[in-house]
Amino acid sequence: MSETVAPLLSLSHISLSFKGVKAVTDIGFDVAEGEICALIGPNGAGKSSLLNVINGVYQPQQGEIRFAGRARRAMQPHEAAVAGIARTFQNIALFKGMSVLDNILTGRNLASRSSWLEQAFRVGRAVADEEAQRAVAEEVIAFLRLQAWRHTPVGQLPYGLQKRVELGRALAARPRLLLLDEPMAGMNREEKREMSQFIREVNQVFGTTIVLIEHDIGVVMELSDHVVVLDYGRKIGDGEPEAVRALPEVIAAYLGQQRH
Amino acid sequence: MFYQESGQFSTRYRQDGRALRLWQQRAALWALLLLAFGLLPFIGNDYWFSAILIPFLVLSLAGLGLNLLTGYAGQLSLGSAAFMAVGAFASYKLQFLLPGLPLLLSFVAGGVVAAAVGVVFGLPSLRIKGFYLLVSTLAAQFFVEWLLTKFAWFSNGNESGVITAPPLLVAGHDFGSPAGRYLLTLSVVLPLFVLAANLVRSSLGRNWMAVRDMDTAAAVIGIPILRTKLLAFAISSFILGVAGSLWAFTYLGTVEPHGFDLSRSFQVLFIIILGGMGSILGNFLGAAFIVLLPIVLSILSGTLLSGVLPAGQLENLQKIIFGVLIILFLIKEPDGLARLWQGWRARARLWPLRF
Repeated sequence: MSETVAPLLSLSHISLSFKGVKAVTDIGFDVAEGEICALIGPNGAGKSSLLNVINGVYQPQQGEIRFAGRARRAMQPHEAAVAGIARTFQNIALFKGMSVLDNILTGRNLASRSSWLEQAFRVGRAVADEEAQRAVAEEVIAFLRLQAWRHTPVGQLPYGLQKRVELGRALAARPRLLLLDEPMAGMNREEKREMSQFIREVNQVFGTTIVLIEHDIGVVMELSDHVVVLDYGRKIGDGEPEAVRALPEVIAAYLGQQRH
Repeated sequence: MFYQESGQFSTRYRQDGRALRLWQQRAALWALLLLAFGLLPFIGNDYWFSAILIPFLVLSLAGLGLNLLTGYAGQLSLGSAAFMAVGAFASYKLQFLLPGLPLLLSFVAGGVVAAAVGVVFGLPSLRIKGFYLLVSTLAAQFFVEWLLTKFAWFSNGNESGVITAPPLLVAGHDFGSPAGRYLLTLSVVLPLFVLAANLVRSSLGRNWMAVRDMDTAAAVIGIPILRTKLLAFAISSFILGVAGSLWAFTYLGTVEPHGFDLSRSFQVLFIIILGGMGSILGNFLGAAFIVLLPIVLSILSGTLLSGVLPAGQLENLQKIIFGVLIILFLIKEPDGLARLWQGWRARARLWPLRF
């Protein structure tokens, strides 16, 4: 990838602490458009916090977030969604009382153009709008092979499928940047293989840039173009998967060598 | 077996998104409408209209109002009767201040005023949730009752605070008879149910449910939390306001704050708990339960125990049985009558087979 192209996402000097407890300290890295970037590191390294900073769930005390050419001190969740950032959560955050279809349709809420009055009376833009959103939702359903569970309440689905529906809800927004917080946590080999396949397809077919957190190093090495390693809230490695794996700090963090 | 969907395929998204997807459902609806509009006004007697059908319809509508807020948008409220009172008094005052204002328009205007008040009392929902919000809506209940009793302006200087509702004239026709009041109530309630059913199946309805189920995730996918919650309060209060106008104008025949006290708020809450949170049909089922069960109990106890117990104790006994039945029902079916109905429907599909 050419170095002259500005990165899609660029974090610089991000520091985040909760009541004095530092979660993330002075972290900066770039994510190029179209790449799959993996955030790895031991538990408590600050990976999820960093994702929460990127899409505005947390506001960092210091630093700057530059996304799609626009620099911000901090993001707000709604602002991030409008800018084209979608995400999934480590502990599934689906709308449990709603069907698979309705969950995915909520991902289209920003694209909805009709007012609530039009929706109540089913006049004006409401009917065509609903059908347009449904068509996109159906594309996502077909892509993730969720057709059989379209009208099933998500609370009744097994864990692996719920993860897939959550990915679907994020995809329905047609995001530029997709943040995946441990998309394969708790999955068996088969489910992991399937999820990796979906992630790779999203990246290749839609050109979506992806930042993901994953513990399975095998999956990370296979899937990602770029790996950022965190430990105790600091960045200890940043580069191509093979290069990062060879770094002594990374080996130390993972194998627990004596620290200095 | 009797409730088959085989052969009924949706070939368009529009068909699949219908509230009643099967012809059996639509046929049942038309049959009910025919019964309600074409048959009941002619065969019903005054007792049926005044004591059963009108309160049933108005309470269904009140249930709908609260259900949009609590069942769909997940915001608890004990202020339902307050918003009903605002609607009733606003309709009355507007009729008084603007002579010649059409009756139906005054109902709508009463609803709009109730919606505005609802938004004000909905503001705390942006910071507090659950039981804390419940308590803050309780403030609405007490405040509105106090306001309407304290200031004579609201009841036009009437000492008792009770005012007689104006005649029910729509386009020159007098709907003052029991059958007329029933028809008027029905014609106001049903369109509002249609609008609400449309709303909960569209983008705003999904946003409400998203906020209800997990507000962090809702914010992250771009749902404006503030706007969505306040719209829930506004639309819910609008419907409650119209229900309040109907309660005063077509049911009680008087406009008085005591028709809208805390026990009315609880009654509306029971309707949606018994009927089913997040269900449109559930409001009818819950209201029917609340209206009919006491009547059934009083008839039963009147015939079975009339000589055995004195009348005062009989009345208390009815209340105890009513309470016990509600508790037993909720233990057996915590999701309400609508869920029970869904279960029966699912079984009717397969009957006489079990799987």
